[in-house]
Amino acid sequence: MSKIIIEPGRTEKNYWADLWRYRELFIILSWRDLSVRYKQTIIGILWAILRPFLTMVVFTVIFSRIAKLPSDGNAPYALMVFAAMLPWSLFANSLAESSNSLIDNTNLISKVYFPRLIIPAATLITALVDFLISFVILVAMMIYYQFMPGWQIVLIPFFIILALMASLGPGLWITALNVKYRDFRYVIPFLVQCGLYVSPVGFSSNVVPDKWRLLYSLNPMVGVIDGFRWCILGGNSPIYLPGFFLSLAIIASFLWLGVSRFRKMEKTFTDII
Amino acid sequence: MSDVVIKSENLGKKYTIGHRAKNGRYVALRDVLVHNAKNLWHKTKDLVSGKPIIQGDTTEEVWALKDLNFEIKRGEAVGIIGRNGAGKSTLLKLLSRITEPTTGRVTIDGRVASLLEVGTGFHPELTGRENIYLNGTILGMTRAEIRRKFDEIVAFAEIEKYLDTPVKRYSSGMYVRLAFAVAAHLEPEILVVDEVLAVGDSEFQKKCLGKMDDVTKQQGRTVLFVSHNLTSIENLCKTGIVLSKGNLLLTGSVDKAISSYIRMFIDHENETEVRYRKDRKGEGKVRLTSIDLEDENSHKNIAFPIGSDIFFKINYETSAPIKNPRIILGIYDFMNIGITRFDTDITMGLPFSIPNKGTIICRARNASLTPGRYYVNIAFFSNNVLEDYLTEATFFNIIGSNYFNTGRTFNENDSKLTKILLEHDWKYYA
Repeated sequence: MSKIIIEPGRTEKNYWADLWRYRELFIILSWRDLSVRYKQTIIGILWAILRPFLTMVVFTVIFSRIAKLPSDGNAPYALMVFAAMLPWSLFANSLAESSNSLIDNTNLISKVYFPRLIIPAATLITALVDFLISFVILVAMMIYYQFMPGWQIVLIPFFIILALMASLGPGLWITALNVKYRDFRYVIPFLVQCGLYVSPVGFSSNVVPDKWRLLYSLNPMVGVIDGFRWCILGGNSPIYLPGFFLSLAIIASFLWLGVSRFRKMEKTFTDII
Repeated sequence: MSDVVIKSENLGKKYTIGHRAKNGRYVALRDVLVHNAKNLWHKTKDLVSGKPIIQGDTTEEVWALKDLNFEIKRGEAVGIIGRNGAGKSTLLKLLSRITEPTTGRVTIDGRVASLLEVGTGFHPELTGRENIYLNGTILGMTRAEIRRKFDEIVAFAEIEKYLDTPVKRYSSGMYVRLAFAVAAHLEPEILVVDEVLAVGDSEFQKKCLGKMDDVTKQQGRTVLFVSHNLTSIENLCKTGIVLSKGNLLLTGSVDKAISSYIRMFIDHENETEVRYRKDRKGEGKVRLTSIDLEDENSHKNIAFPIGSDIFFKINYETSAPIKNPRIILGIYDFMNIGITRFDTDITMGLPFSIPNKGTIICRARNASLTPGRYYVNIAFFSNNVLEDYLTEATFFNIIGSNYFNTGRTFNENDSKLTKILLEHDWKYYA
């Protein structure tokens, strides 16, 4: 029989083991979020496709036709935009969902014990499923443009994980802060909106002058999006390596910061939520 | 494997609460701005360093629970009794690991399932079937376990027909039934239950209580049960734990626990309460500092058998001797209906002048009131000016006694029909 000891600082010690023991809860919570997501909507899951697709159309018109920005190599502009739109909406959705997750589950947190990290982590799954659905559109577009991806396409899962990690770091921190200060509820939509224009979604990051390139890579999504484009468009869109490693480092440090802040504040959630 | 399943040693939980500084301290706009800026700076610092942030200017530490030591044996059903704020919920939260203790430790032998609310995590959009899985997992069951007990749960809740309807279309009764059914089929070694039976119709409540009785008696599991309903605690539990203001008052048999809960309802709380209460009226030159109730042996008490003498011991303070003092004690029942009054002007109870500090005792003889709770209002006049006035300054309970020498008495249920009891006898002529 398992023996449970409750004392100050105890949960801290068994943190990661506990997380593993509660994996079924993680599965069922992500399943709940998924099955509830498009309930009582008419076109349901189509929303996952429609939103990035329409944004892509608008961006292609504005940046390619009106602003006349160049594409990467000889890749079609629409394809280049959509290759960035995918990781961006993955990032934006999971950031938005995870940062509101604790407040949305107040009743669970104040009534049942489980490692709190499960809640924001489970929201990533919803964003991931949305991503996979809209990925179908990308495949359709590639067939339409008769565009053959290179061997790099097999590295896509790595960049998917990278995009999720990039959102989890700030997401964890903000959701923890959200418990006490609901101000952050308003920060996120704003941040996501700005990020869409600051990140190289509608345009190629090759448009950025070389001397600013490294500075530009301080935005962690630059690395993720460039990586995605490289995977999908192959040689047309080479990765700027110093910038990529900088983005990687930023993502890692944000993740570390997010997890450590979350764990520090986690203990007081029930007392203040 | 020992017989003790829960062992608590020096368990304590401290909360830090914030207070706003007194109004009027920051009058000038500049001061206000400086103050707010400082506040913002501190909060930002706390925010970045991940410290808990406390709203307000000064902080105060409150022990919700302190130095709790107790042991609970396997198969026991334990009732936790205490007033609001005594620390019952905090204790349950600590045992179910929702919050961490500040001091001490608890050793628990076995799996704990806590039922602090009916239907935790139910999602209105999901069907009954889906919610059984969701809720079951949240409460700590594995998927295989739920599948095994699924039919049993559905039968217990009596919702077979609506299994695939979203629970938002359920009636509240069905909702509660389903929620409790899931919880009732948990098979933890230790079940922690908080006040959940307050919902649902009485038929279902009986079913739930029966199920919980089953769990302890037949299956030898341990149940910790919090309720304000003393009757259900009495029926369900063998032992009781009485908490008062975060301290453990008593552990023992449930009868002992319940009677000590009723008897010690007041402890020393009211003495301080009267002194510090803010909701008083009057000029304020005289201040009532305490009212204690004592029985004829000068023991502090609040529970008096019918017909006993009650001593109201009143302490007051003022800066100068009081001329022409007058005290009125008003006794009210639970519906705030005046029952009787003690007025020094009527009975000439006080001298023309009394010193600036002292104790006044009023002895009420033969309190022949119906069992129940009575509240005491007190007013203090000097020279016909109201100096201090408190409503519900204290209260007492009248409990049954052999007042009529028949072994029978009225009880609290009769208190709408009768307030006072008169000694009387009957004669019969044929």
